[in-house]
Amino acid sequence: MRQDPLSQKIDWVTVLLFSALVFLGWLNIYAAEYDPELDQSLFDFGTSAGRQMLWIATSALLGWGVFFFDFRFFDSFAFIIYGVVLALLLFVLIAGKEVAGSRSWFGFGGFGLQPSEFAKFATALALAKYLGHATKKLTDLKTLGISIVIVLVPMTLTVLQGDMGTAMVFAALFIPMFREGLPPLMPIVAFGVILIFLLTLMVNQTVLLVIVSVGILLGLGLNAKKPRRLGWVFVIGVMIIGSIRSVDFILTDVLKPHQQRRVLSLINPNIDPLGAGWNVTQSKIAIGSGGLTGKGFLQGTQTKFDFVPEQTTDFIFCTIGEEHGWIGSIFLIALFTALLLRLVMIAERQKSAFARIYGFGVVAILFFHFAVNIAMTIGLFPVIGIPLPFFSYGGSSLWAFTLLLFIFLKLDAHRMQVLQRW
Amino acid sequence: MSSRVFVIRAFILFVVVTFSVRLFSIQILDENYKIAAENNVVQKIIQYPYRGLIYDTKDSLVVYNSPVFDLMVVPKEAKVEDTLKFCDLLGIEVEEFESKMKKARTYSSILASQFVEQVSNELFAVLQDQLVNYPGFYVLPRTIRSYETDGLANVLGYVGEVSSNFLERDTTNYYQSGDYIGIGGLEKSYEEVLRGKRGATYKVVDVQGVVKDDFRQGRFDTLPDPGLDVQLTIDLEIQQYAEKLMAGKVGSVVAIEPSTGNILALVSAPSYDPMILSGKALSENFPILIQDENKPLFNRPLQARYPPGSMFKTLQGIIAMDMGVVTKDEEITTDGTNIGDLAPPGVYWMEKAIQYSSNNYFFLVMKRMVQQGEEESAFLDSRIGFERWREMVNLFGIGRRLGVDLPNEINGNVPSIEYYDRLYGVNRWKYSNIGSLSIGQGELLVSPLQMANLGAILANRGFFITPHVVKMVNDLPNPNIKKEALPFDSVHYEIIINGMEKVVRDGSGRRGYLDSLFLCGKTSTVQNPHGEDHSGFMGFAPKNNSKIAIAAYVENAGQGGRAAVSVASLIAEKYIFGEISRPWLENYVTEELYLNHAPRPTIAEN
Repeated sequence: MRQDPLSQKIDWVTVLLFSALVFLGWLNIYAAEYDPELDQSLFDFGTSAGRQMLWIATSALLGWGVFFFDFRFFDSFAFIIYGVVLALLLFVLIAGKEVAGSRSWFGFGGFGLQPSEFAKFATALALAKYLGHATKKLTDLKTLGISIVIVLVPMTLTVLQGDMGTAMVFAALFIPMFREGLPPLMPIVAFGVILIFLLTLMVNQTVLLVIVSVGILLGLGLNAKKPRRLGWVFVIGVMIIGSIRSVDFILTDVLKPHQQRRVLSLINPNIDPLGAGWNVTQSKIAIGSGGLTGKGFLQGTQTKFDFVPEQTTDFIFCTIGEEHGWIGSIFLIALFTALLLRLVMIAERQKSAFARIYGFGVVAILFFHFAVNIAMTIGLFPVIGIPLPFFSYGGSSLWAFTLLLFIFLKLDAHRMQVLQRW
Repeated sequence: MSSRVFVIRAFILFVVVTFSVRLFSIQILDENYKIAAENNVVQKIIQYPYRGLIYDTKDSLVVYNSPVFDLMVVPKEAKVEDTLKFCDLLGIEVEEFESKMKKARTYSSILASQFVEQVSNELFAVLQDQLVNYPGFYVLPRTIRSYETDGLANVLGYVGEVSSNFLERDTTNYYQSGDYIGIGGLEKSYEEVLRGKRGATYKVVDVQGVVKDDFRQGRFDTLPDPGLDVQLTIDLEIQQYAEKLMAGKVGSVVAIEPSTGNILALVSAPSYDPMILSGKALSENFPILIQDENKPLFNRPLQARYPPGSMFKTLQGIIAMDMGVVTKDEEITTDGTNIGDLAPPGVYWMEKAIQYSSNNYFFLVMKRMVQQGEEESAFLDSRIGFERWREMVNLFGIGRRLGVDLPNEINGNVPSIEYYDRLYGVNRWKYSNIGSLSIGQGELLVSPLQMANLGAILANRGFFITPHVVKMVNDLPNPNIKKEALPFDSVHYEIIINGMEKVVRDGSGRRGYLDSLFLCGKTSTVQNPHGEDHSGFMGFAPKNNSKIAIAAYVENAGQGGRAAVSVASLIAEKYIFGEISRPWLENYVTEELYLNHAPRPTIAEN
């Protein structure tokens, strides 16, 4: 096989989309904080935009650096990387500094590093490594169990740090598992539970219980002559009722008070208009006031004057919505869609199961971030603090996303060198 | 596995489409977010105009705006290293300092709050030097009303913070909590002229209310229009002289220029220095004034009610002659049996009856007016005559508001047919029941302003001109002045006026006589069951081409021929000649010598 130079094998479309997102993110971080009175420059290190420039430069180095590794390194060292990250996750619980109720940061002077950000790609690597073996089938209960454990361990450690948002990201790894043959029932059940959970919050519990009971009775009546189905209807009915009844328990005993309020204010932002509801309300006001074409670059008022909280990180999308309107929002969403679909396409063309599974892991993690982040800014999902990939301000997350993506691009560049394993 | 990849792709697209639709809905379909965004960031800052200035009739300044300074604090920037020293400087206790800081911080740590309201001029001078040492503190100028006179308060009124009560009733939506508004007197009745028009600037603010920028480059900003200047009809010199005469007394003086209806002086005694209701002094002094038993806030010339007494005989004479029930020369012999009388029984004709204030003469004359024999029944006949008489009395501005441009003018009282029907029963009363009206007693009540206006009508020989205190607004004449001719033959006035001239020259008012003044008038002694009678006088001078009509009331001062006529005569002299030739009379008034030998008459001095 002819050896093309590496540069020809890199998927430049993805690199281009990545660069576009990072660049636009940088501009919008600048806009989100821009103070017309101070009129700081885009390169002022006193501003988030200035610092983000530093993160972008180092990320570029990081992404470039990934290509100097042997492509087999990530396969061979997947578990070791995973182990190191788990150790860091444990260590941060002891030695990390507490920021806003979460103990998930290492402080290095003025900078902080968040190991859970790196746990995402490490877990994706480990899962890919484990499932990449030709012998492993997810229909096998043991394989399924171990896969779930691989995901649950970092997830649990992140929960222990108090960072619910990041922890939820790990759940996205069901996507590669689904691709690899996870019985479809499981995600369906999972979605069912989430749906019921949300319904329970929105509709009066008693009303819901009555409706479900009527549904069960109807189901039983319709299937009266099929005893096997009767059993199923009964079991599902009991499960639904059980999960409805468990909402109270989860809400009051599992979730922390600020998380409870976020969930509740999703249903009704006015429940706590100056607290948890404030974020959603102000975020929607900022985006909604953008109209079709937006107020123009640096002309927004809601984000830069602090009506929207966390306007450079979790709520960065508000700046797009406000200053660039529906058209700008759609453009950004289109960029993400293009990136995600491109990555799905690349993942599918992989010859090795490891690379493919990792690819879908990348898709899953990026997609989860993208979907949840935007959904929360437009009031479709509770506010959980996770950044918009490549876009939000933050060194750890940008580094981690860059690593996540560029490891995959590295694997993809060498896909022809891999022996097909199945 | 391709079907699963399809599911994944479809799921991504499903989410993306959901987002697009949701964004379309909140960004394009729903306008509420745009409104909410503007409400978030756009702050309207009111620009207050200067309140209009007030001048007297001779263009001397009476009311102006003077700057006062509030000490403001921005808690976040405030740094006081030596609290004790700072408190010493301000003359406050440390506890007070702490509580003020706490209050300011509670309001906002980054927005300015008032720390000390209206610092004294001395303190302001010191602060200007010292404040550099106290970052976070600064002085903010604003204006309060200031006065060139310590009188005229009852005319000028005062300005204060608009009450929440008023805000609830206000339908114009002009005022906001914390705004200032004219509350009494001229400041109230000319509020819309004096206040000007507020401007507004629109600023973009951040979440903490800190101004960041002009809203849309100031496109919607408006400048304030300053309030219009007002020129009074009041002659400050005469006003102050009249106030001096009335000092220490309870009563009213109203002086009107008959040819114009200009009110030259309007004195309510006792009164107060208008400055004590200006700025922060208002809240301290208002409760004191409202509790004062002498009611300094009561605008007596417009609001006090007295029986007109003998003054009323002037218009009685005109109405009677005009009705034709009596001629000027008809001699009527009185025997003093109809009604109590200080004038001796004998032969009276109109002029003499005015001069000597014959009660019995006017009793008989009014009987002819009320009972004109149009009905056989004296009861029915009285109703017709009484109503006709009542309408004519109203023409003289008695029993109705005159339309003066000050608030809270009273109607006074002229009893009605309905009133007597209620009192005695329908067709159960006739002239003998209401005869005391003939001499200005009974249920009749008038205000000093109405009596001064009566003096002006007589001086004008029958022209009613709306009395007013504002001559010009913004150099344009006051448009609300009506001039109307009363429907009585002018010859009748001369008869009455001849009598009034003799009252002063050789009658009950002779204490006020001055040969060059040609003062014509009528005294009145208002019976006061609670103490010394009230002294009243109504008149004008000179007799022809009158320059000034005056009503004066001095409460608890005895007969009208003592204090009231003296006050009126002195004011007329001062106005017409510019100086006083009778220091003894001035002394008599200011030293209240009239009280020493005032035997209480048994009946109205007639």
